[in-house]
Amino acid sequence: MRAILTVQNFASDIVVTLWTPTFVGIFIAVVAYALWPRNKSTFDAAARLPLSED
Amino acid sequence: MQPNNDVKWMTAGESGLAGLFTLAVFLCIIAVAKAEDAPFAFHATLAGFASLAAVFAIFNRYFDRASLPPQEINGRPNYNFGPIKFASFMAMFWGIAGFTVGLLIALQLAWPALNFDLPWTTFGRLRPLHTSAVVFAFGGNVLLATSFYVVQKTCRVRLAGDLAPWFVVLGYNFFILIAGTGYLLGVTQSKEYAEPEWYADLWLTIVWVTYLLVFLLTLVKRKEPHIFVANWFYLAFIVTIAVLHLGNNPALPVSVFGSKSYVAWGGVQDAMFQWWYGHNAVGFFLTAGFLAIMYYFIPKRAERPVYSYRLSIVHFWAIIFLYIWAGPHHLHYTALPDWAQTLGMTFSIMLWMPSWGGMINGLMTLSGAWDKLRTDPVLRMLVVSVAFYGMATFEGPLMSIKVVNSLSHYTDWTIGHVHSGALGWVGFVSFGALYCLVPWIWQRKELYSLRLVNWHFWVATIGIVLYISAMWVSGILQGLMWRAYTSLGFLEYSFIESVEAMHPFYIIRALGGGLFLVGALIMAFNLWMTVRVGEAESEVPLSSGATLQAAE
Repeated sequence: MRAILTVQNFASDIVVTLWTPTFVGIFIAVVAYALWPRNKSTFDAAARLPLSED
Repeated sequence: MQPNNDVKWMTAGESGLAGLFTLAVFLCIIAVAKAEDAPFAFHATLAGFASLAAVFAIFNRYFDRASLPPQEINGRPNYNFGPIKFASFMAMFWGIAGFTVGLLIALQLAWPALNFDLPWTTFGRLRPLHTSAVVFAFGGNVLLATSFYVVQKTCRVRLAGDLAPWFVVLGYNFFILIAGTGYLLGVTQSKEYAEPEWYADLWLTIVWVTYLLVFLLTLVKRKEPHIFVANWFYLAFIVTIAVLHLGNNPALPVSVFGSKSYVAWGGVQDAMFQWWYGHNAVGFFLTAGFLAIMYYFIPKRAERPVYSYRLSIVHFWAIIFLYIWAGPHHLHYTALPDWAQTLGMTFSIMLWMPSWGGMINGLMTLSGAWDKLRTDPVLRMLVVSVAFYGMATFEGPLMSIKVVNSLSHYTDWTIGHVHSGALGWVGFVSFGALYCLVPWIWQRKELYSLRLVNWHFWVATIGIVLYISAMWVSGILQGLMWRAYTSLGFLEYSFIESVEAMHPFYIIRALGGGLFLVGALIMAFNLWMTVRVGEAESEVPLSSGATLQAAE
């Protein structure tokens, strides 16, 4: 039982410590991807996708 | 796959599925024989007949077909419209059924004698029938139909799988049948929006995993390099519903031949799991799935590109990151730890921004095409749905704030809020999508009558306004009456006095719901006539897929 609790505490510590910065990091990466100037032409074309199908 | 052109082979899918369903027939016979309660025997009988029908359908298709439908005809994708037609038809059928049951229970609240003193027609059994019929049966079939259409069109390929898409739409509707008849017979695991018992849950898991595979494999074989944003929303809906369903429903049946089971979770953990599930069913079934519809059908109907594709990416991921934490706002002032309640409230408030990101993107897609709102009632329906989405997603965060919730919780305000989202947003965006989809997949030039769409729009809009305003007034009145004290510190009103005060609002609500149902009946007639007498499109790009049969 004590071993299980130790593992649980360890897992909980990892999650609590790394969860927020990891997710914030991923989200910042998503925003950067969305706003990256070089992606603009791809996104402009994608915005027209429903209009240009056969 | 075909080593000899002279011999017609059964595919592995056909023979495998026919074999499995044959086995299922025998298992169902055993289950009926050993059933411990009548509803279980009834459901096993239904499953047995459905399995038998499936075996016949698979063999009939095999005997009728020449070869498998080609992936492309003359260099153009040979889109698979059969399952979409079926799901569209079932959406309209379940919609009318669900709205009718909703009207009946609204009338029961105004005049309780309308429960007819029968166990099957009590409010407690009809209410989950109503919610499941409108959310999962109507909404679910709309999502199946539109997702199968949008993923094919925006990937420019035929739907993955041969029998699999049919298995998904037929299997899902069979799940609805089992769930709905179960409620009437008193079979329920008493979890809101997750009432179906263990065997229905297991069946839905199989169907849903197949749905995920069909959708994913269609994306995998796409011809269009970019995955359109609507497909991201559909995928989020499919994946998250799978996770929610598995998380909320682990249960141990009392007997494998009986309908009763006990859920693994207990006490406040069960409540937390339930509302983690319940709120994310709102977030990923009723929001993400229908936002996918918005992102395809509004640009298509308005003939304008998506206003900001960048915004669509950012608000998609913001919704994905935030929504999953909002569930605890359903458990304010309960045994759930206070910090968890505050966490749920905080994430609910943060959700306001990504929600409005979606609303702004949907509305602004009309830039340069606003004049079409005057002439096209279908587009008007789609745009008004987005306006209702904005309104409901402002009200939701507001109600999740603890002090507001202390007034609103357990009152009709919640019912009003849910219905402004359900009737205004989900209902209208689904109606708009079906008005677009039916002429497209049946290859009709246009709808039978735009005037009838206009009638539908106005009748239903007045119905919604009556419904939600009645519930707002009733809910706040109810909340205030419950907390009113006299100068001596006694409660000013007994509970029954607050019930009495609700009566006029319940009548107004039923009237509103009745108008919404009338609108849906007008729609069903219009769509039926579109298919029956509508002028065929002059240029017919597809040779197959025009018939509603298993041979798709």
